[in-house]
Amino acid sequence: MMNSLSLLLAIDVQNWTYILVGITFAIYIGIAIWSRAGSTKEFYVAGGGVSPLANGMATAADWMSAASFISMAGIISFAGYDGAVYLMGWTGGYVLLALLLAPYLRKFGKFTVPDFIGDRYYSNSARIVAVLCALLVSFTYVAGQMRGVGIVFSRFLEVDINTGVIIGMLIVLFYAVLGGMKGITYTQVAQYCVLIFAFMVPAIFISIQMTGNSIPQLGFGGELNDGSGTYLLDKLDGLSKELGFSEYTEGSKPTIDVFAITLALMVGTAGLPHVIVRFFTVKKVKDARKSAGIALLLIVILYSTAPAVAVFARTNMIETVSNQPYAEVPKWFKKWEDTNLIGFYDKNSDGIIQYVAGDAFLKGEDGKFDFSKPNVETANELYVDNDIMVLANPEIANLPNWVIALVAAGGLAAALSTAAGLLLVISSSVSHDLIKKVINPKISEKGELTAARLSAVAAVCIAGYFGINPPGFVAAVVALAFGLAAASFFPAIILGIFYKRMNKEGAIAGMLVGIIAMLLYMMKYKLGWFDDALPDKSEWWFGISPEGFGSIAMLLNFCVSIVVTKFTKAPPEEVQAIVENIRIPSGAGEAINH
Amino acid sequence: MANKNEHLQKDNAKAYWKENIKYLSILLAIWALVSYGAGIVFKEELNEFRLGGFKVGFWFAQQGSMYVFVILIFVYVRIMNKLDKKYGYDE
Repeated sequence: MMNSLSLLLAIDVQNWTYILVGITFAIYIGIAIWSRAGSTKEFYVAGGGVSPLANGMATAADWMSAASFISMAGIISFAGYDGAVYLMGWTGGYVLLALLLAPYLRKFGKFTVPDFIGDRYYSNSARIVAVLCALLVSFTYVAGQMRGVGIVFSRFLEVDINTGVIIGMLIVLFYAVLGGMKGITYTQVAQYCVLIFAFMVPAIFISIQMTGNSIPQLGFGGELNDGSGTYLLDKLDGLSKELGFSEYTEGSKPTIDVFAITLALMVGTAGLPHVIVRFFTVKKVKDARKSAGIALLLIVILYSTAPAVAVFARTNMIETVSNQPYAEVPKWFKKWEDTNLIGFYDKNSDGIIQYVAGDAFLKGEDGKFDFSKPNVETANELYVDNDIMVLANPEIANLPNWVIALVAAGGLAAALSTAAGLLLVISSSVSHDLIKKVINPKISEKGELTAARLSAVAAVCIAGYFGINPPGFVAAVVALAFGLAAASFFPAIILGIFYKRMNKEGAIAGMLVGIIAMLLYMMKYKLGWFDDALPDKSEWWFGISPEGFGSIAMLLNFCVSIVVTKFTKAPPEEVQAIVENIRIPSGAGEAINH
Repeated sequence: MANKNEHLQKDNAKAYWKENIKYLSILLAIWALVSYGAGIVFKEELNEFRLGGFKVGFWFAQQGSMYVFVILIFVYVRIMNKLDKKYGYDE
């Protein structure tokens, strides 16, 4: 007994990572083989008989991406209060989903979001606009996920990022193509368990270490464990101020921008097709509501822990490196320095790390900080990447090797589950909404299933390509995906349900105006394509950042939709009857292939 | 007869929808109040108060509003299940 225990303790991080990642991958593949899809219905909506609990878990895993798992706590830890935009934005959208969208879309009972838009607005043009939006949103999002898979592989297993992307592609390909929505749903259930365990274990360990409280959500509002009687947050506020950052609990963004970003993220969340389709998989309208609640509960477990992790990690980080001699830094510091997630340049050659506000380095041509070019205008000597806060947190806190390896398995679960959900939206948009509904309505079920599988393969390849050769606008990608979803789908669906007179002219005009406004604002103020240099913040409309502009584009969409509808003729009787029908929860039946 | 029945059904559906909208409005008002109100617009004022080590505005922004969101959905699920029964739409 003693022997095997010491053997377990002797396993190093890398081998633990191989073991844990290997086991989890074997589970995913096993589930995929067990839950192969035999019909289009199984492929698109998992047969329509998923229980609310399973659907809630799958939705949570689908939702929590590499960004939620790896980057969010780090972003919050550098942004302080401002990080709340992600916390509220990415959870508040579920209230909108549960109350305004999911039950009615489930009652409507089709396979995809463009299905709803196409039928409700009795128009193939509306359907095609919706397909294009779905593809644009999903591709921007999925490229980031594949990149996330590559990064986790390269950081923990020391393989090349590109090899990591390819391994990730093969795994997703295997279970998405074989199992469709059915395979994806049940692998996502497993992935939720892996990722939540991997996120919570280090958080609980560190909370106990720093505050003596085993619940991180309470711990970060508690007193420090060192007997000083100081509250952790007060200490962090003090440290931040001392080093020239703004106070942690105060933040630095203007209120209107915080408001706009939160709104854009909430509405965008409710409009993302890969989240919406999850509610087509349950049996009844009642189940759709309930599973939205379960999904949010499961998401909030991670999301309410993230700000705690952010505070622990930030405090730990400052205390470990600030004003410490570089020669004596802990091992993890050097390790992450090798992967360029930490950069240090001794500007005043005193051998001590000065970590204060301001950029330590100048940006190179690729827009990343160049560690050979110190920024002499600030005294700051240290660059720390956002991702460090979750990836290196267990090492900073000296946790056992298996906990460190667990983080890798969790990050992969988060990235793969989201990628799979997105790929399904892409493949069903092509095979169902384009091929079956527009190009060749006579296609057989078998033919459609083959088309769905082939488009999944093509989608994986394209996503992998973008994962390996990320386009220059990667930084804009997330904001863009949410902004587009907010500006296109959300108003069209809401009005389709709550405004019976809403017609196709209004919907199409609204979606087009919304998307175009969003794209133009993004190109001008995020990418700087229309000017020689990126325009300054002071030029933003009403002080709203490109990340928050989705809320303005959404309002534009609503206004244009309603005005155009008022001046054009009411939708036909049978469409108004559809609207009356989806407002009543009973008789949903199963999602059917008309 | 069939016609009358259809009318009754329509009235039933209308009444159901009206009540649904009423509950939606109340729940969404709370949704907006905790996030945009307590967490963003009135954050500074609320930060004058404390909840253990948390300033209250900060707590709403990074914790409280999320908990309220979860509660809101489950309250909605309960209300709607009752409403479905009342109007004979449960299954």
